[in-house]
Amino acid sequence: MIELDPKIPTGPLEKKWQHFKEHAKLVNPANKRKFRVIVVGSGLAGASAAATLAEQGYNVDCFCFQDSPRRAHSIAAQGGINAAKNYQNDGDSVWRLFYDTLKGGDFRAREANVHRLAEVSRNIIDQCVAQGVPFAREYGGQLANRSFGGAQVSRTFYARGQTGQQLLLGAYASLSHQIKSGRVKMHTHSEMLDLVVVDGHAKGIIVRNLLTGELTRHAADTVMLATGGYSNLYYLSTNARGCNTTAIWRAYKRGALFANPCYTQIHPTCIPVAGDFQSKLTLMSESLRNDGRVWVPKKKGDQRAPQDIPEEERDYYLERKYPAYGNLAPRDISSRSAKEVCDEGRGVGPGGLGVYLDFKDAIARLGKKGVEERYGNLFEMYENITGENAYERPMRIFPALHYTMGGLWVDYHLMSNLPGLYVLGEANFSDHGANRLGASALMQGLADGYFIVPYTLGEYLSTQFGNKVTTDSPEFEEAEAAVRGRMNRLLEVRGTVSSEQFHRELGTLLWEKCGMARSRESLLEALTEIPKIRERFWNEVGVPGTGSSFNQALEAAGRVADFFELGELLCRDALTREESCGGHFRVEYQLPDGEALRNDDQFNCVHAWQYQGEGKEPTLIKEPLNYEFVHPATRNYKH
Amino acid sequence: MNFHLRIWRQDHEKVKGFFEEIEAVNIPADASFLEMLDMVNNRLIEKQKVPVAFESDCREGICGTCSMVINGIPQGPGRGAACQVYMRSFCDGETITVEPYRAASFPIIKDLVTNRKAYDRIVQAGGFISEHTGGAPDASATLIGKHEADRAMDAAACIGCGACAAACPNSSAMLFVGAKVTHLALLPQGQPERKERALNMVRAMDEEGFGNCSNYYACEAVCPANISASVIATLNREYVAAACRSVAE
Ligand SMILES: Cc1cc2nc3c(=O)[nH]c(=O)nc-3n(C[C@H](O)[C@H](O)[C@H](O)COP(=O)(O)OP(=O)(O)OC[C@H]3O[C@@H](n4cnc5c(N)ncnc54)[C@H](O)[C@@H]3O)c2cc1C
Ligand code: SF4
Ligand code: FES
Repeated sequence: MIELDPKIPTGPLEKKWQHFKEHAKLVNPANKRKFRVIVVGSGLAGASAAATLAEQGYNVDCFCFQDSPRRAHSIAAQGGINAAKNYQNDGDSVWRLFYDTLKGGDFRAREANVHRLAEVSRNIIDQCVAQGVPFAREYGGQLANRSFGGAQVSRTFYARGQTGQQLLLGAYASLSHQIKSGRVKMHTHSEMLDLVVVDGHAKGIIVRNLLTGELTRHAADTVMLATGGYSNLYYLSTNARGCNTTAIWRAYKRGALFANPCYTQIHPTCIPVAGDFQSKLTLMSESLRNDGRVWVPKKKGDQRAPQDIPEEERDYYLERKYPAYGNLAPRDISSRSAKEVCDEGRGVGPGGLGVYLDFKDAIARLGKKGVEERYGNLFEMYENITGENAYERPMRIFPALHYTMGGLWVDYHLMSNLPGLYVLGEANFSDHGANRLGASALMQGLADGYFIVPYTLGEYLSTQFGNKVTTDSPEFEEAEAAVRGRMNRLLEVRGTVSSEQFHRELGTLLWEKCGMARSRESLLEALTEIPKIRERFWNEVGVPGTGSSFNQALEAAGRVADFFELGELLCRDALTREESCGGHFRVEYQLPDGEALRNDDQFNCVHAWQYQGEGKEPTLIKEPLNYEFVHPATRNYKH
Repeated sequence: MNFHLRIWRQDHEKVKGFFEEIEAVNIPADASFLEMLDMVNNRLIEKQKVPVAFESDCREGICGTCSMVINGIPQGPGRGAACQVYMRSFCDGETITVEPYRAASFPIIKDLVTNRKAYDRIVQAGGFISEHTGGAPDASATLIGKHEADRAMDAAACIGCGACAAACPNSSAMLFVGAKVTHLALLPQGQPERKERALNMVRAMDEEGFGNCSNYYACEAVCPANISASVIATLNREYVAAACRSVAE
C-alpha cells in the first residue's frame, strides 16, 4: 500500500512557506526553455499557471474544451475573492483568514496548506490590480470590501456581481500576452481524454479535437490538471453545463488517488427548481445574505402570500439559531437549516421547496436605489428567470450543488502521488477541508496558479533532465487505443435515449440519497441503483453521428459514462466516513440539536482512494491530519 | 406551448446549409430557449437523428459561449445572451427562425456554431497589461476614483460573444475592441501601453477582416453586456491620438 507523504515543511507554521521558497530547487532560465509543461484547463487555476510558467520561460501547451480560454467556468463566479489585507482595519490578519478557512472546513484540511493560502491571498489582489482588474472602489479611491459567510470581518474584494469574470479576464489577458509571445500554445476545443503515464511518471495526454474528432498525443515533462470540479455529477448544479470529471477521473484510473470525493458543497441561495426540463440551477450570490433576511412562515403549509404574513408569524431561523453570524452562517449550515424547515413542511413556493430571502428591511434602510446599486444585476437575473420582482416580494431560494471540495490528492507541492502530475484549483482536494467558505475558491485557484506551482515545480523538474518521452512510445499507443475503444463502444450502442436523460436520472438519485443528508441506508441504496442505471446507459444510450466529426452527443456521453463511475466512488466514500463534518452530513451522527457530530478520533484524516481495476473495489488510503498549531474545536456559529 | 422552428443546418463550412423545419411541441413556458433546443435534440436522438449543434456553457449570460441569431437578432430578443431568453416571451404557435452568426470573420463550424477565434487574436495583439507575476506593488498604493473604476468596469463587462460584429451591416468589431481599449485606458495601470494597445488592436481587427463603423448602432442594440457605443468614440480618439503621436515621433 502507498504511504502518503504530504511533504509539509518543518518549522513554525508562519515560516513554512517562506522556508520552502528559500530552499526550493530552482531551474535556471536556460534550462526552463528545455522543459515542456502541459496545462489542462484555462480557468483561474489553469490560465494563471500557464501564463506565469510561460513568463518564467517554460514552454507551455494549454488546453480547454471551450472555443476560447476566456469561457472557462470561473467566468461565472459572482461574489468575490478573499484576501487578508485588513484594509478595513477591522481586525483581519493572515492568522484570522487561516483560522476561518480551517474552521469553515470543519478542521478537515492541512494546517500548512491553509496557512500558505492565507499568506499569498494578499499577493493575489496586488497582482490582479496590476493587471487592470476593476475591483469596486470607495469614493476616496480605496478598494472596497464586503463580508461573506463564515467571517466576522470584511475581507472580500469584488467587481460588482462579476468578480470571477474580471479575475478570469485578467488571467486570460496575461495568457493572451504569452500566446502572442509564442511561449504558450493554446489548444481550444480540445478535450483531454486520457493521461499517459511512462515509468510511473505523468508525461503526456491524449486529446480529442472536438471540431474534427481527431485524436492527438501530447508529450511533456510534466502535466498539470486544472480542470475544475465535479458538481455536475448531480446533473442540476450551479456549474456551467460543460463542467465534468473526465480529466481527473482518467487520471484516477491511471493511478492518481482521489481524495474525499464525498465532500460536496451545497449552496444555500439558488433559484429553486422549476420543472424537469431544467438544465441548470442559477446561483444567487451569497453576498445577498449581507442584506437579505432568510425566513419561512412559523406555521406549516402556510399558503398566504409573503406580504400577508405578519412579522410575528415569520421565523427568521438563521438569526434565531445562530445569533452571532445570523444570515451569514456558513454554507453547509445554512443549506441544512433550509432543508430542515422544508422537511417540517414550512417551505414556500412550488412543492414547498424554497425559503424566502427578504430585502424589505434593506430597502427601508438603504432605499431601493441603494439595494439596486449593490445587487441590481442579481435582481434582474432573478426576475428574468422566475418572472418575479424581488424588490416587491421576497426572493425564493433553495440549496443546490455548487462546489466540490474533494478532488485528486496532492501534497504540499500540489503534486499527486503520480510523480509529474500536478493538480490545481477546484480539481484538487487541498485547502477547503469538508466545506469551503465563500470567496475562497477564486483565492485558491489563483494562489495555486500564480504563486504556488511556479515555486514548487522546480523541485520535480530539476530531477527530470534527460527524461524526455516521445509520443511514439507504447504507453501513448495504448492510451490512444483505449480512448478510441471507449468512443467506439459508445457509438456502437445505437440506442434511442439521450445521455442527458441518464445523467438526469443519476443526478436525481444522488441528490436524494447522497445530497444534503446521507445515511447508511440511503448510501447502500444508491450503491445498488447506480450500477443498474449504468447498465441501462450502456445498452440504450443514443449517440448519432461519428467519432471523426464535431459530435456533441458523443462528448456528452463520454462525460456521463465517467460520472457513473465517480458516483459510485462518492457514495462509497460517504459510507465509509461515519461522522458528520462540513458538507458531509450523516443523519446517524448528529448532536441532539441537529448539529453535525464530528468524530476526530477516527476520522481526522484524508480519505484517498486508489483505483484497482474494472469491477474491483478501490482501496482506501488514509492520510492523518496532524493539528499542531490549532485545536480542532467543535464548530460553533451561535456565539 | 408549441413552436414551429426553422433551424439552420449545415454540416461544415464547405457544404451548403439549409433551413430545416422542426416542430417543438409541449414546451413549458418557463423553459429557456436553450432548454427548448435540448428537448428538441433529445427527441431527435430518440429517432436516431443527428441533433442540432449549438454551443452553451454557463447558461447564465456571462461566458459568451452561446451564440446564435434568433428571429434575426444576434443573441436573441431582450437584454442578455441567448441563454437568457425564455419561452414565455414568445407566442404559442409562433414560427421561430434560428441561425448562426453571419459574418465572414466568424466562419460556420456546424449548424449554429461559428468560429469566433478572431476575437481572441485581437486580444492577443494588445488587450493586456504586461505585468510580471509577483512584481506588483501593494494594491492600495494607487487610488482610483470610484467614478473611473465604475466606468472601467462598465467597459470591462464585455462577454466576448461576438454579437456586435454579427449585428453590424459592416461586420465591425469596434464595440468589442472599444470596450477593451476603454477599460484599460481608464485605469492608471493601463497607461504605459495605452498607445500601442490601440494601434495594435485596431491593426489586428483590420487584418481579421472586420469592417469599419458607420454609426448604425446595431451593435449597442444587441450587446448582452450593455456596452455603450461611446466606447467606439473612445477607441477612435485613442487611435487617432496614438497614430498622430507615432507619426510625430
Ligand atoms: C455560479 C458560481 C459562482 C461562484 N462564485 C464564487 C465566488 O464568488 N467566489 C469564489 O471564490 N468562488 C466562486 N465559485 C467557485 C469558483 O468559481 C470555482 O471553484 C473556480 O472558478 C474553479 O476554477 P478552476 O480554475 O479550478 O476551474 P474552471 O474554471 O472550472 O476551469 C476548468 C478548465 O478546465 C478545462 N477542462 C476541464 N476538463 C477538461 C478536459 N477533459 N480537457 C480539456 N480541458 C478541460 C475547461 O475547459 C476549463 O478551461 C463560484 C462557482 C459557481 C458555479
Ligand atoms: S461588446 Fe457586447 S456584443 Fe460585442 S462581444 Fe462584447 S458583449 Fe458581445
Ligand atoms: S451560455 Fe454562457 S452566456 Fe450563454
